Amino acid sequence: MNSQRSAWTFVAPALFVLGVFLVLPVCAALLLSLTDFDLYALANLDNMRFVGFGNYLDIFNTPLFWKALGNTVWFVVLSLPLSLAASLGAALLLNSPLARFKGFHRTALFAPVVTTVVAVAVIWRYLFHTRYGLINYGLSFLGIGPIDWLGDPHWAMPALALFAVWKNFGYNMIILLAGLQAIPQDLYEAACIDGASRRRQFWHITLPGLRPVLLLVAIITMAGYFQLFAEPYVMTRGDPLQSTVSVLYLMYEEGFKWWNLGRASAIAFILFALIFAITRLLLRLARARGETA
Amino acid sequence: MAKSGAGRFARIATWAALAALCACAPAKQETTLKFWTFGREGEVVGELLVEFERAHPGVHLVVQNMPLTAAHEKLLTAFAGDALPDLCQLGNTWIPEFAALGALEPLQTYVDKSNVVRRDDYFAGIWDTNVVDGGLYGVSWYVDTRLLFYRKDLLAAAGFEDPPRDWDEWRRAMAAIKRSQGADKYAIFLPLNEFEPLLNLAIQQPDPLLVDDGTRGNFESAGFRRALDFYVEAFRENWAPPMSNTQIANVWDEFGKGYFAFYITGPWNIGEFKRRLPTDVQGHWGTAPLPGADGPGGGAAGGSSFAIFRASKHKQLAWELVEFLSEVEQQQRFYSLTGDLPARRSAWDFEELETDEYTHAFRDQLERVKPTPKVPEWERIANEMQLAAERVVRGGESADSALRALDAKIDDVILAKRRSLLAKGAKP
Repeated sequence: MNSQRSAWTFVAPALFVLGVFLVLPVCAALLLSLTDFDLYALANLDNMRFVGFGNYLDIFNTPLFWKALGNTVWFVVLSLPLSLAASLGAALLLNSPLARFKGFHRTALFAPVVTTVVAVAVIWRYLFHTRYGLINYGLSFLGIGPIDWLGDPHWAMPALALFAVWKNFGYNMIILLAGLQAIPQDLYEAACIDGASRRRQFWHITLPGLRPVLLLVAIITMAGYFQLFAEPYVMTRGDPLQSTVSVLYLMYEEGFKWWNLGRASAIAFILFALIFAITRLLLRLARARGETA
Repeated sequence: MAKSGAGRFARIATWAALAALCACAPAKQETTLKFWTFGREGEVVGELLVEFERAHPGVHLVVQNMPLTAAHEKLLTAFAGDALPDLCQLGNTWIPEFAALGALEPLQTYVDKSNVVRRDDYFAGIWDTNVVDGGLYGVSWYVDTRLLFYRKDLLAAAGFEDPPRDWDEWRRAMAAIKRSQGADKYAIFLPLNEFEPLLNLAIQQPDPLLVDDGTRGNFESAGFRRALDFYVEAFRENWAPPMSNTQIANVWDEFGKGYFAFYITGPWNIGEFKRRLPTDVQGHWGTAPLPGADGPGGGAAGGSSFAIFRASKHKQLAWELVEFLSEVEQQQRFYSLTGDLPARRSAWDFEELETDEYTHAFRDQLERVKPTPKVPEWERIANEMQLAAERVVRGGESADSALRALDAKIDDVILAKRRSLLAKGAKP
C-alpha cells in the first residue's frame, strides 16, 4: 500500500507532463479532426461546424492526398533498404578487425546525424545542382548526361532519398555495431574450423544474430521515414509538380499555412493509423518468420 | 504530426494563461505600447522611434521584431491566444485575412481627423489594399511592386536600345537575346515555384481574378488566358528555363553571368544587385516598368501597412505612432535606412530617390498598381494558380484543362466555406 503510493508519487510528475502535453492535445486534435475548424472559426466559433468524418472522406477524395501518400511510400521504399544496407555495411566495416582508426571513422560516419538538416540541405543543393553540382560532375565521367535532380519530377524524390539516407544511416550504424559486438566470437571461430567461407559466416551467423536488432532498426526507420517532412521543406518545398509533397508536408500546409486545422488533424490521424498498421504488420511478419525458422 | 500540431495548441494555451497572469500585475504609471515588425524593417525602425519617445514622455515603446517567415503564424497564434500587440506592421496581402478575423481596428475615423495621413497623397492602388468591404484597416508604410530588372548590355547586343514596353516588343527582345546568347543561356528567368511573375502579368488584365464578391474563380476568363499563354510561350520558345528558384544556386550570380537577361522582382533587389553583382556588370543593368499587353502595364500592389488591433487599450497612442511614421520626413529617413520605397507621393520629392535611377521605374509603375483580390484565401488561390501553370509548363497539360481544374478547385474547395457563410448572411 505504502510502496504503491510512493510509486505513484514518483511517476506523477511524468504522468502529469505526459497528460498535459501529449494525451490532452491528442484528444483535442481528435475532436478537432471532426470539425471544419479554420480561419473563419478562429474569428467566430459559430462558424465552426461539426462535420463528423467529413474531413476524412474529403481527404480520401483529394487527389493530392493520394499523390502525397504515393510520394511518401515511394520515398520509404527507396530509402529504407538503402538506409539499412548503408548502415549495415558501415557497421560491418567498422567492426572488421582490419579497420584502423575506428574511433575517428565512427565519429566521422556518425557526424551527418548530428548536423542540422537546414545547413546540410544548402550544401546538398549545391551537390545536386544541374550545372555545377559535384554529383553530375562525377556522373559525367561515366558518360551520364546531366540529371536535373531537383527539377525533374522523376528524380526529385530519389534525390531526397539519397540525402535522407546519408543524413540518417549513422544512427542505425551505431545500433547495428552494438548488435554485431554482441554476437559471440566463438561462433565465428567454430565456423572457421568447419571451413565456412566469409560469406557463409555472414549469412548463417551475422544475419541471424542481428535479426532482432535489424527488426527494431527497420521499424524505427520506417516510422521515421513515413514522417518525411524536413527534407522536402528545406530542399524543394514540394516542387517540382508536387512530386515531393509528403503526407506530413501536406498536413503542414493545410494546418499552418492555410489554417485548416480540422483537415490537418484528420491527415495526422490517418498517417498515425497508417504507421501503426504497417508496424503491426512488420512485427507479425517477423514473428511468423521467427517461428518457421 | 498529431503530437506537434496539438502540442503547439497546448503551448499556446499555456502562454496565454501566463500572459493573462502578467496582465493582472499592477499597472505602472508608464504606458507600454507594443509594436511588432518583421525582417529588415524592424531592425532599423528603432532609430526612428527615438524621436517619438522623446516627444511622448511616459510612453515606453516595445518593438518586437520577428523573421518574415514566422510572422504570419505568430500573428495568428497571438490572435488565438489573445496576445496581440497594440499595432503591427502587416503585409498588405494579409489585411483581408485579419480583417475577416475581426482583429483590426477600422481606421477611417482616425484618418478623417488627421492632418498627416491624407489619402490623396498615397498611390491609389496601394491605398486600396487597406480597404476591405468598404472599411479601412491599415495605413500604408512602404510599398513594393515587381517589375523588370534587365541587362542593358545584353539587350543592346541583341539590337535593342530601350527596354520593351509591351508584350510584342518583349517577345521580339527575348527572341533576339536568345539568338545572340546561344542555346545554353536564356532571355528571362521565371521561377516556376513563384506565383508572382504570372500574377503580375495577370493582374494587368481587365478581367478580375475572382468574381461574385470573391466567392468564385475567374481563371477561365479571356484576360487570364492571355497572360497564361504569354507566360507559357516563354518556356515553349526556350526564352525561359523551366526551373524553380531552388534550382538556381544564386540568382545574382547567374544574372551577373548573363544566364538570363530579364528578371521580374521587387525594390529590395535594387540594393542586392548593387552589392552583389560583379563590378563589370555594374552600370550595365537597369529597371523598367513591367510591359503590358498593349503599352506599359501595372503590377500587383505590395508592401506593408500599419494596422492597429481592436484589442489594444492604447489605440489613440498607437495612431499617433502611425501618424509619426507616416510623416513625409520619416518616410524619407526610412528610405535612407532600408531602401524601402515610400507610400506617399510627396515623400518621393527627395534627392536620394531622384539620384537613384533604379527607383524611377518603380515611381512610374506605382501609379498603375492594383491590389490582389481581397479574400483571406487569396494566397492559397495564388499557389493553386501557380501549380496549374507549372502543370502546363512542366507536365504538358493543356491550358484549357488546367484552368478548368483550377476554377473547379477554387469553387469547390477553397472558397466553398466563404460562399456558404456569405450566403447565410453571416459576416465571414
